[in-house]
Amino acid sequence: MAKKKTIYEVDGVFHEAVVEVPANEPQAWGPDASMAVLGKPMPRVDGPDKVSGRAKYTYDINLPRMLWAKVLRSPHAHARIVSIDTSRAEALPGVKAVLTHKNAPDMAWPFHGQDGKLFNTTLRYSGEEVAVVAAVDEQIAADALELIAVEYEEMPFVLNPEKALESDAPKVRGESNLQGRTSVYSRGDVEKGLAEADFVVEQTFHSQVQVHACLEAHVSVAQWSGDKLIVWDSTQAVHPVREQLAQVLSIPIGKVRVICQYSGGGFGSKLWLNKHTVIAALLARQTGRPVKIAFDREEEAMTMGNRPSNVMTVKAGCKRDGTLTALYLKSVGGVGAYPAGAGCGTPLREIYACPNVKTEESNVFIHADQARPHRAPGHVQGTFALEQVIDMLAEKCGMDPLEFRRKNYSSVDQTRNNIPYSAKGLDRCYSEGAAKFGWGERAGRRQQASQRAKKRGYGMATQIWGGGGGPPGYAIVKINFDGTANVLCGAQDIGTATRTSFLQVAAEELGMKPEQVTLAMGDTETCPYGPGSGGSRTVPSMAPAVRMAAADAKRQMLDLASRVMKLPAERLEAREGFIFDKENPSTRSPIRDITGKMRTEWESPQSQIIGQGFRGPNPDGVALNTWGAQFAEVEVDTETGEIRVLRIVAAHESGRIINPLTATSQIEGGVIQGIGFALFEQRVLNNATGRMVNANLRDYKLPSARDIPEIESVLVDIPDTKANSVAVKGLGEPPIIPTAAAIANAVYDAIGVRLTEAPMTPDRVLRALGKAPPARVRARGAPATTRPWEVVHA
Amino acid sequence: MPSRRKRSSKRNGFTLSRRRFLQGVSAGTAAALAAPRLATAQLQIDEEVAGRERVPIKLKVNGTTYRLSVEPRWTLLDVLRNQLDLTGTKRVCDRGECGACTVLRNGQPIYSCMTLAIEAQGYDLETIEGLSQAGRLHPLQEAFVKHDALQCGFCTPGMVMSLKGMLDKKANPTLDDVKAAISGNICKCGTYTKIFRAALDAAASLRGA
Repeated sequence: MAKKKTIYEVDGVFHEAVVEVPANEPQAWGPDASMAVLGKPMPRVDGPDKVSGRAKYTYDINLPRMLWAKVLRSPHAHARIVSIDTSRAEALPGVKAVLTHKNAPDMAWPFHGQDGKLFNTTLRYSGEEVAVVAAVDEQIAADALELIAVEYEEMPFVLNPEKALESDAPKVRGESNLQGRTSVYSRGDVEKGLAEADFVVEQTFHSQVQVHACLEAHVSVAQWSGDKLIVWDSTQAVHPVREQLAQVLSIPIGKVRVICQYSGGGFGSKLWLNKHTVIAALLARQTGRPVKIAFDREEEAMTMGNRPSNVMTVKAGCKRDGTLTALYLKSVGGVGAYPAGAGCGTPLREIYACPNVKTEESNVFIHADQARPHRAPGHVQGTFALEQVIDMLAEKCGMDPLEFRRKNYSSVDQTRNNIPYSAKGLDRCYSEGAAKFGWGERAGRRQQASQRAKKRGYGMATQIWGGGGGPPGYAIVKINFDGTANVLCGAQDIGTATRTSFLQVAAEELGMKPEQVTLAMGDTETCPYGPGSGGSRTVPSMAPAVRMAAADAKRQMLDLASRVMKLPAERLEAREGFIFDKENPSTRSPIRDITGKMRTEWESPQSQIIGQGFRGPNPDGVALNTWGAQFAEVEVDTETGEIRVLRIVAAHESGRIINPLTATSQIEGGVIQGIGFALFEQRVLNNATGRMVNANLRDYKLPSARDIPEIESVLVDIPDTKANSVAVKGLGEPPIIPTAAAIANAVYDAIGVRLTEAPMTPDRVLRALGKAPPARVRARGAPATTRPWEVVHA
Repeated sequence: MPSRRKRSSKRNGFTLSRRRFLQGVSAGTAAALAAPRLATAQLQIDEEVAGRERVPIKLKVNGTTYRLSVEPRWTLLDVLRNQLDLTGTKRVCDRGECGACTVLRNGQPIYSCMTLAIEAQGYDLETIEGLSQAGRLHPLQEAFVKHDALQCGFCTPGMVMSLKGMLDKKANPTLDDVKAAISGNICKCGTYTKIFRAALDAAASLRGA
């Protein structure tokens, strides 16, 4: 079997691997390929299960004799456990087991760095695990937590990443709060580029900590059957979680089954194994009963990850004609108490043609929950800063923001030896988005719509993301005797409708109607390996594998058909449930009539046709990226400081669109989450305790029905035939990326003042306008001179 | 002697009984939230049934009356999910902030997490499972599927029940009526725009039916 080296990207990090080259990979479906199923709107196949309440999420799994476990968490941001007494909890009727560092296996925790442990005795954030109780019901487990006596030795802590870098700051881990080294990228000479510029701007931006707020909080149910472990987990990564569970429990991978049929949101927070899943497995083994650990809303917000905050200073220069000469970014991001990524420089390094670019990105430990990938990690805040600076330069040049961007268009990936992009539909996103939005007519509309206190404004921003996917990923297609097919495919559907997309791919290749095909995923026992669903890689990784498996099965089906129909296989084609003679389309036979002969026509009778497929290497010498542009219309009330988003046009190019109905759902959802980042969402920590004060859905503001603007999706459908055989790229991350930046530029257009801090809340708008901010909210009894809490930007 | 143990809603120092919590929010928030309304705040719970010992109750859910033995502190939400295995009703915030647990009580949308099971007696309760008859989806559910008004699907049952409550009273709702009906429901995936479309489309097909 031929092998070759390939490069694939996961969340901005490039990986290299030697992988098998498929011998029978179907030729990529081009833009002119005639499609019966692909590209057509199709309601998601699991829609009826979800709207009827039948769909069983992990949280809905209740097993006979199941115990409920609850976690006692550190009330302090930094403390040592001096002593812990669980005797009263153990004595409570209904309590079956209590686990602490004293009696739990001394287990390493690889996701927390080299010295990570399942239960730590030094606690580094408010919410870290101290003890776990398993009881016959959830309330008794909660009651028992209150009976555990813990003596803590409190220690000083630091919550602000910039302060954490000061020499006298309390240390989170080791001798420095800087995680590793500052990551430096450089091409050309930024100082020279700035010196050559006719215009230079410099601006510092702050972005907040945004929590994932999955509506289904993290939850696991573990059950042992002899030496075999079954885990239902609310996860984005059934196969990776399976392997990681086997590793930390030191049991064979084959003895672990992980199931996630439906998950109530992940957004990057459910991409790997969590401590509570292991703890559920340990408690289940100890008690001989199934154990469920389900997080409440407060635990979810405080402990299950977040988009880290960034302080971003951007310096940029351009010539009078708009040609960029230099781009520089210095970023400080707070990763929390354990290693994570907080870089945000990719958009600045890649989007625009610029010879002199430098980025310096520091990840800093603070005494807070560990950051995790959060839909388009780094790109949302990085784009918020970059795209405002681009608008500032355009204004200096007296150029239209869109023209300025076109002027600095790059058709090569400047960060990877100037290799070309496999496809780049950004120019079409610009032109089709602008046309839909009426970008050219905005000046007249602005004047017409702006009332005395309410100012109308228009802005736009550009999006870049990876999304090319890559190996590994496997699929199996089984054609049954009656002409139906089952697809078993790696990966899982996290709500993005991958279950439906892959079914469409299989049906298209098999020439079957969608209703003849059933697809299974999200179960490691029945389905082959697939990647975690993050980085917009599920569809571009798995769709080609599904297609190859379907093509493999179809070859066998056509061989059978050629015997039955007495025609050479090359002349036969399967389409919409029939097998045709290509030269004489009136000669056709329903697929079931052909497959019904699999037990008689072949020399060796078969009862099922099995096809196999896997994801081959990515193409050499091209960069795989996705593109988009969003246009925003806002109204700013200069008396109240309120920003209302009235309209967003979102034009995105992610290769071929498999299903326009669910693709627009991805786009609209991304835009709405982008509005949450732009205007509402922020984690607030109490300065005195390090505890999150808005760990609920009332004070942590998510967009709700009244906040939703008119959203128009523009699907720039360009089958990327160089990328893979289905010509697809990912669409999960892209639509959240440029929304906040487009809104910020529109706000500036409306009021003439830049908002450099996200979220752009009314008090910040008023402050930017030079108006007195409203009286600060004070905790009752707190002295007026101290700030009881602050938004940690931190 | 009935036990007085509280059901803790916070760990590590804060303790707050559900009963006191319900009383606390009732005054401030009930008026502010148009729909779904918070469960009745006037809790007249006898001290005799305020403890942990189970008490017998009858609940009428989706047309069937169940005899159950529940702790007085158990919410309607938890009883539906854990005693009756009606897990379509979701628990997300467990404190009346998100609407994922919305059910209909005599046709009126309520947060089942803010309603104790013992105070849900004597009403007609309808959950998402009661909406589809003999496997046939309700036109509102059909419209959700058709317009792809769902992604992860966790908020969906609550959204559907809030809208059902509204559509039963208003045959010809405006977009603003739709927004008002789900203003107490939160979706994180961002399916609102398609929910608006689905609700208006369902209203049209219900009128036609």
